[in-house]
Formats: sequence, structure tokens, C-alpha cells
Amino acid sequence: MTLDLFSYVILLPVAGFLVNGLLGLFNLAGWRSEARKPVVGWLASAAILVPFLILLQIFIGMAAQDKGFVTLYNWLTIETLQVNISYQVDSLSVLMGLMVTGIGFLIHVYSIGYMKHDPGFWRFFVYLNLFIFSMLNLIFADNLMLLFLGWEGVGLCSYLLIGFWYQHAFANDAAIKAFVMNRIGDFAFLIGMFLLFTSAGSLNFDAINQSVGALDPTTLFLAGLFLFIGATGKSAQIPLYTWLPDAMAGPTPVSALIHAATMVTAGVYMVARLSPLFSASPELMVVIAVIGGLTAFLAATIGLFQNDIKKVLAYSTVSQLGYMFLAAGVGAFPVAIFHVFTHAFFKACLFLGSGSVIHAMHEEQDIRNMGGLRKYLPQTYLTFFIATLALAGFPLTAGFFSKDEILFRTFASGNYLLWGLALFSALLTAVYMMRLTSLTFYGRERFDAGHKHPHESPALMTLPLWVLAAGALTVGFLGLPGVVSHSNWITEWLSPAVITAEVHATHTTEWILIGLGSVIALTGLFAGWKLYTTGLETVTRLKSGLSGLYNLVYNKYFVDELYDRLVVGPYTRLSESVLAKIENRFFYPVFGWTSSAVSGFADTLRYIQTGYTPVYLTLFIIGVIGLISLILFI
Amino acid sequence: MILSALIFIPMLAALLLILVPKEKTDLFRWIALAASSIQLVLVAFLIQNYDQSLAGINQAETYQFVEKFDWIRVSAGSYGILEITYFLGVDGLSLPMLILTALVGLIGVISSFTIDKHVKGYFISYLILLSAMTGVFVALDFFLFYLFWELMLIPMYFLIGIWGGPRREYAAIKFFLYTFIGSLLMLLVIIGLYFSYVTNPGAAPEQMVHSFSMVSMMNQQNLLPGSLLSAEHWRHIAFLLMFLGFAVKIPMFPFHTWLPDAHVEAPTPISVILAGVLLKMGTYGLVRVMMPVFPESWLYFAWGIGLFGVINILYGALAAMGQTDLKKLIAYSSVSHMGFVLLGLASLSTEGVTGAVYQMFSHGLISAMLFLAVGVIYDRAHHREIDGFGGLAKQMPVYAGWTLFAFFASLGLPALSGFVAEALVFMGSFSQPVTQNLAIVSTLGMLITAIYYLWTYQKVFTGELNPKYAGYPDLTGRELTMLSVLGAAILIAGIYPSLLTDLMTSSVNHLNDLVKSAGTASAGLN
Repeated sequence: MTLDLFSYVILLPVAGFLVNGLLGLFNLAGWRSEARKPVVGWLASAAILVPFLILLQIFIGMAAQDKGFVTLYNWLTIETLQVNISYQVDSLSVLMGLMVTGIGFLIHVYSIGYMKHDPGFWRFFVYLNLFIFSMLNLIFADNLMLLFLGWEGVGLCSYLLIGFWYQHAFANDAAIKAFVMNRIGDFAFLIGMFLLFTSAGSLNFDAINQSVGALDPTTLFLAGLFLFIGATGKSAQIPLYTWLPDAMAGPTPVSALIHAATMVTAGVYMVARLSPLFSASPELMVVIAVIGGLTAFLAATIGLFQNDIKKVLAYSTVSQLGYMFLAAGVGAFPVAIFHVFTHAFFKACLFLGSGSVIHAMHEEQDIRNMGGLRKYLPQTYLTFFIATLALAGFPLTAGFFSKDEILFRTFASGNYLLWGLALFSALLTAVYMMRLTSLTFYGRERFDAGHKHPHESPALMTLPLWVLAAGALTVGFLGLPGVVSHSNWITEWLSPAVITAEVHATHTTEWILIGLGSVIALTGLFAGWKLYTTGLETVTRLKSGLSGLYNLVYNKYFVDELYDRLVVGPYTRLSESVLAKIENRFFYPVFGWTSSAVSGFADTLRYIQTGYTPVYLTLFIIGVIGLISLILFI
Repeated sequence: MILSALIFIPMLAALLLILVPKEKTDLFRWIALAASSIQLVLVAFLIQNYDQSLAGINQAETYQFVEKFDWIRVSAGSYGILEITYFLGVDGLSLPMLILTALVGLIGVISSFTIDKHVKGYFISYLILLSAMTGVFVALDFFLFYLFWELMLIPMYFLIGIWGGPRREYAAIKFFLYTFIGSLLMLLVIIGLYFSYVTNPGAAPEQMVHSFSMVSMMNQQNLLPGSLLSAEHWRHIAFLLMFLGFAVKIPMFPFHTWLPDAHVEAPTPISVILAGVLLKMGTYGLVRVMMPVFPESWLYFAWGIGLFGVINILYGALAAMGQTDLKKLIAYSSVSHMGFVLLGLASLSTEGVTGAVYQMFSHGLISAMLFLAVGVIYDRAHHREIDGFGGLAKQMPVYAGWTLFAFFASLGLPALSGFVAEALVFMGSFSQPVTQNLAIVSTLGMLITAIYYLWTYQKVFTGELNPKYAGYPDLTGRELTMLSVLGAAILIAGIYPSLLTDLMTSSVNHLNDLVKSAGTASAGLN
């Protein structure tokens, strides 16, 4: 494995950021003009494509157990705390890096078309490059501190991109919500990191993973728990998930790249990177599995009734992230990464497809005002449909393999309750995805076709869709189930970097589970299609029959309102009362009256003296004499 | 002689200004700019020739660029010999402060170019202030230290009182009064120390040399048996009095109320100096004087100091949250951020103390940038009401970009200097059982900080552009230069902190060891 070119993987995105950023900020060389847009866009895309190619070259030339380090410089050394800007190239990081740069490149290209008419075009690509740079730091970091730098960097880009259309108040609210909720998680992350440092004595992943055996169980549990709370922020899990649906206020390519395919999976990646640590604490693993399973279920139910095309996908992302944590929690860390990988393809495809729809419908996002778009957007429709099948777990698609593996591993670990919950959520997934497809593309047109003129997107946008759809169909074969093939490529590939729990289950059990999974997916898809094409009246009847339950779910269980009531309100009142009551009514007057008194005194004094310096000097001298005599003569 | 040159070049420039006719306003500006540029070059020379393996602190021989002359030396009979020295030197605690002073001082001059009232008097005051601040950071003799400390007060008083806003006189007097009371307490203790320490213990009483050398007072074998400060309770009392003197300057809750007033009234460059350099005098006093001279008291009160640090962090942040005046918000934010210095120093861990010194440096840059940013909009709009703006990002994108950068730096975004400092403080205080609980509470402060900055940015810069501001020009070249220089410094200090921490490490380690070991040794002292 040669890593001569590796530093360019990190440096090129930041170079793209700097070039476009500086030229754009000062509008040099007409960088903000219409004519420069292709240059800006392709420059930014190339800054991602070249790292992808370099990683591909490294990937081709490496064996699974290869591992190399590239150190740029020493960030900080204080006694035993040594942090290097140092990158770890191993099977896990290369796979993630390929995914981020590969899908990142496709989304860059798509954005050249999607953002074509936006005046902030250059700014958009600057942020995207910065995002990829941060994400690569996060993935390749060989220590927790550098990972955290990347972690916060992607958080910043997320903030900037959610609030990209800063003239809209709701975009800013969403951006702030995302940043602050992530910050809550980040502090837990910091505490976990420092706990680890004080007990394990290092921030390096290798050193931490090796010292796991020597740590006492309580410390291990607490450190892991705090890190995991950090992950619930970034990866939108209970209780910190409510920012992600709001984050859809950002441009759609951002939702695809950051809030579906890459950034939000950072938490899963971090857990996998520290898999020896997490799996050493059985209690912690239970926590992770339960949070993952509950989130998968909760978000899937909410996804059933959302009417905004992107919101459905957002809740679906939250739900799928839940599956990934469920996998991690039952010890199937490689499977979690496998699902990260397959999910990146079909979810990016879905989001970009939704972008194409929104584009065609002139910024319409409500699926109740769509329908019948199949004939206007044939390519978008077909790719969207393929990705829907993959997400629903239609047999032999990517999602089928990864999700079934998660269900199987959950079952095999003996967590039958969680398995049941996950299986039911899989049914819901198939239903809400087919509902989304049906309401968008099938049935009659619920908009004024004569006025709207929906049109297919340009090739710049549809080509990435096809590449992603092809991935959604095929990448699942990288992880064939044990009953079919003895070699599960992805698990074996990841095995030097990520540990995995033993599996105790017969082939018969696995076959039954695969069959069950397929039936569930097909049932859900059929139900979704039937109900939301010809069965709309049944849906209306069901809704009114179960109106209490429907309202609860439709309003997302009132969690936002609950947080407002419990946290935001009291907090705002506290800060208001500190200022108004304590500071203004107590400290200011008490400490202020002395100055006012002197001020008044000085006003009188002004008639006698011309300036203050003599007073000052006199005071000074009297003071010195007084003090010296005091000390000399007591 | 380089340190003397560093101190006195601004003062010489001030003398030169006296000779320049009053109406040559541009000449004043350029002379001041030249003086402060020379300072920066000299500091660069210091860094270049600094040996980072030497610790300084209580070892006179490991200070660098030392200048030491007898200034006053009189025999006072049975009291021994009274000595005042002109004693300058640099170690890993003072060097970062010198870099900060030179850099922020220069930015302050550039920012002062818009001052057009009594330009001559303004720059004379400014240059004297610059000399005094530099002097404080290199003086190793208490008398000299105190002299520079007091010298700082006078120009500052006038700079706020004459060139300030509508309530400038009130603010100036409040500033003066607070600091002056603080100085008096300090003086009292300095004199106590003077009579309690000698540089040659064991000599005959007539031969004993009482010196104002701080370095000598940091070595407890120089303590005169039977003197006032050899009694532990007196040492604790002296410690508290002097601590109060420095605490006012930091400013530590509840002595912070002079700061928002002073900032609101001070002209932009003076706010920059005030937040960027002056506040650091207080915390510098803690590391230079309080910790090494009173190690056992520092250990004794460490938790309390950390507690006040956390109160600063939280109280400052909550108070900032409720502000409607942009400048006041940043002033309270300063109160909050200076709390991290207290917390880090209280932890007495290498990471914590390094973080504290780093925070002094980092906050100097960040607050300077923040006040400059406020100055930019104040110059255009003539008000600072947060709710009175809106949508400025559209009209002034470069300005919005740099302001957001400064906000993120202040809220501790990684890869910018504030994060390094706050993470180290947090890490250090978390690792010590004494301060662990405080560390956890302090994280809340960082959360609140994020909220008030993001809300402020939202109110001022996003949304639809308020038509009142439609004609505003973006940053001028001068403004852009200042913000970019500070921004670059903040970024470098964030992505390459070892540049600065390597300069500090020996001194910080030595300081920690000194405090800890003297703390245990003092068990026998009475």
C-alpha cells in the first residue's frame, strides 16, 4: 500500500474551498458572475474527484489488513497529551472515504445543475468543499481529537448549509436548532473523550482500543455512554433527533449529502471505530441497541403521515440510522457500516430525486399537490422507484441485504423484542416509501398541469441519479448472507478494523428470517401502493376512525413542543431573570452607587481642580506613606 | 536592551508627538503606526531568539533577555539594605502576552485612524498606554511592576473619559475607581512582601537586602523568619487582598460591572485594547505573582477560585444572552470567557494552566476582533441595538463573513484558537478531582455561548434586509486588513497550537511543580 498521494486527499478539498472562497468573497475575476458558474462548480467537483481517484488507487492496491499512517504535523503536545494531525488509512477508513468522496462528487455534479440559478452559487460550493474536507478529517483521523475537529467542522458546514438561504427566517431557525442540539451532544462527546484520556492515557484509537481490557467497567461504561450521547446528536437519535427533519430547510443536495448519506452516519462510524471499547461494556451495548431500535420505530411511524416529500425522507433517515445503531448494539459493527454504505446510495438517490421533483414543480414540496409525475419525469421516477425498492428491502436490492442482516443479527443475539420492533418498522418503511412514491408519481395530477409544466431535469442531474440507482441495485452483493455464500466480502474486508460478535444461529433460522423479511417488504410495498393509489378513501376512513392516534403521530408525538416547554422556555426565562433581576437590580446599583457618589464628588471638585491627575497623585502619595508607616509601625 | 527598547519606543514616540504641531493629524497616526510596528518586529525577534527549554518563574537565571540594574539601594540600619532594581525578563508566561500586546496594539493604532477629535492628545495617551502595558508584562521587580500598572491607569482614564460615548465620564470614573482600589490593595501587599523577604537569608541583619524582586519572593527560603508574612494566616489574608486587586481587572464576578460600562462608552480602538490586553493583566498577575509567591494559599483557595471561574462563565454567558446592545453583549461574553482562565489556573494541571494562558492569548485576539466588528457597524449605523438591524449579510457579505468567523471563534469552534484554550482548560480541570465537578458545570457555559451568538447573528445579519441599511458599503480596506490579520492569527492559533504551547510548556510545568511542591512543603511553615 503506498500512501504517497494520500495527503492530497485531505488537501485538495481545502484547496478548492480556499480558491473558490477567496475569489468569490472578493468577487475577483468575476467569480460571482453567471459566466464563472461552470468554472466554480467543476473546480469544486474536481477537488473531490481527484481524492476519490487517489483513494480508489489506494484501495485497489491494499489488502484488508493493511494499515498505514500519514502524519502532517504535531498539533499539540503537553506532557502525555500528544495530538498529531495524523491520518489512519485502513480498511474501514478507506471504505468510508470512498463513499464520501464518490457520492460527494456525484452530488457536486448534480448541484451544478440544481443550483444553476442561485446567486449564492459560489458560496454553496465553497461550503460543500469545506464539508468534504471536514468529513475526511473525521473519517481518517487516527485520534479522537482530530475526529472531533472534523466532527465540529461538519457541524459548522451543516449550520451554514441549512441556513444557506439566509433570507428565510425558518432556514435560520433550523440551522440554529441543528447546531445547538449537536452542541449538546458534543459536550457529552468531550466529556467522554476526556474520561477516556484520563483513564486510558491516550486519545489514539489504537491505544484506546488496546487499553480497553485494563479499564474499570464503570469508567468504560460512562466514557462510552458519553461518546454515544455525542453520536445521538450527530446521527439524530433519541433524544436529540428533532433537528434533522428541520434541517431539510437547506438546499436538497445538502440534504442528500450531509443529512442522509454522510455526516449523519458519523456517529455510527465513531462507534464502529471504537468497537472494542463499546463491545466491552454489555450494559452500554444494550443502551445502544435499545436507542437504535426505538428510534428506528418511532421515526418510521412519523414518516407514515408526513406530507412534505423531504420530511418523509428525513424521518426515514432517522429511522435507518436507528437500524445502524441497532446493528452496532447487538455487536454487528461491520453490518452497521454495511448499512451505512448501502443507505448512502439509495438515500442519496431518493433525496436527489426529490430535488429533481421539487425543481420540476417550482419549489413545491407537498406531496398532496403532486401525483402523476411519472410521465413528466420518467428518469427521476425510475431511479426514485429503484431506490424506494432498495430502501424497502425488496429482495436482492442493496437495502434487502443490509437490513436483513441487521434483522438476522438482532434475532441471533437473542433480543427478540428489538427484533420484532425492527421487523415491524421494516413493514412501516415499505409502506411509507411506497406511499411517497405513489402520491408523487402515480394517480391523477393534483396540480394545474397547464400552469406548472413539470419537466425532466437536465443530464447533469439525472446522470448522478442513475449512478446512485445502479448502486442501490448492486452494492448489496458486497455483503451476501451467510447461507448463500461463505464469503461475505464487506465483513471480511472490515474485520481487521472492526470487531464483530459471534453469531449462533442455524441456516434454517436464517432462511426463515430472510423469507420473512422479503414477505414483509413485499407486503408493505403492496399495501403502500394499493392504499395510496386506489385506496385513498380507506385511508381517510382509517384516519378519522383513529383520529386520536393519527393526530399524535401526525404531530410527531409533540416532542418539539415538549422540548420547548421543558427546556427552551425555562432557559429563556432564566437568562431574562438573571439579567433583569440580578444584574440590573442588584449588582449594577450596588456597585454603581459608589461610582455615582464619586462622580458627584468629582463634579464638585471640578470647580476647585482643573484635572484629576493632581488628585490622583496626592492620593497615591498619601496612600504610599500611610501604608509604609502602617507596616513599619505595627 | 531589547526589552527596554520594547517598552520605551512607544513612549519615545509619544514624546516626539509632543513636538509635532497639532494640525498635522496624519503625522500623528503614522508615527504611532511606526512605533507599534517596531514593537511587533522586536517581539518577532524575541520569539526567534527565545530558548523554549528555559523555564523562568522563580529562577532568575533562566529568564531571558534579562536586564537588571540597581535603581535605588540604601542602607536602613538595622532594617538592612533597601533595594529597588530595574529588572526585566521574559519567560514562557510573558512571551505570549508580549506577542498579544504588540499585535493588538498595532491593530488598535490602525483602528484609531478614524479618531479625529484631539488627535495629538489621543495618540500620546495611546502610546503611553502601550508602553505601560508592555512594561507590566516584562517587569520582574514589584516596584517597577506597580509603576507600570499605575501608569496604565492614567491614559486609559483619559482615553475613555475624553474620546468615549455619551456617558464617558461616569464610565471613566467607575473604571478608575475600581482599578484604583484594586491597586491600593495590591500596594499594601507588595509592601508587606518587601519587608518579609530578603535576597540573602542568613546574612547579618544590617546586611540583609530587602528587594522588590518578584523572583526572590517566589523562593520561600528567602522568607524572613518572624516577619509578618511568615505567618500562615497573614499570608492567606495578604493573598486574598492582592487577589482582589487582580480580580477587579479580570474582571471577576461580582466586581465585573465596571467592564460593560467602560466598553460601551470607550471608542472602538480602546475597547479593543481593553478587552484584548488590559483584562489579561489581571490574570497575568495571577500566574506571575499570586501562584508562585503564595503557592500554599493558591492551593488552599484553589477550589474557590475555580468556583468563581465557573460563576464567571455561567453568569457572564447568561447576562450576555439578555443584552440588546451589541457591545454590551460582547463585554459580558468577555466576563464569561475570562472565567475559563480562572478555572484552568485553579486546576493546577499542566493542561489546565496551559489552557488558561492560551485562553488569555486567544481571548485577546478574539475579543479584539469582536469589538472591531462592532465598531464597523457602529461607524455606519451609529447605534448598536441588536434588534435594530436585520439582513445585513446581503448588503455587507464580507463583513458578515468575518463577524460570523469571530462569533464562531468566540463560541469555541474547533480549528480556531478559542477551542484549543477552552478544551485544554476543560480537560485539565476535569482531570483533577478538586475541579472535576466545576469542569462539568462549565460546559453549560459553552452551550449558552453558542446560543447567544447564533441568535445575535440571526437577528443582525439574516432575514430580509432592513431597507434603512440598503446603502451601506461593505468593509473598507482598512477594516478588512484589521479583521483579516486577527482572523488569520486566530486560525493559525487554532490549527497549529503547538507553535505557541511549545513556548509555554517549560514555564507552565515549572510553575505547576513550584506551586504543588511548595504547597506540601508549607505544612512545616508557620
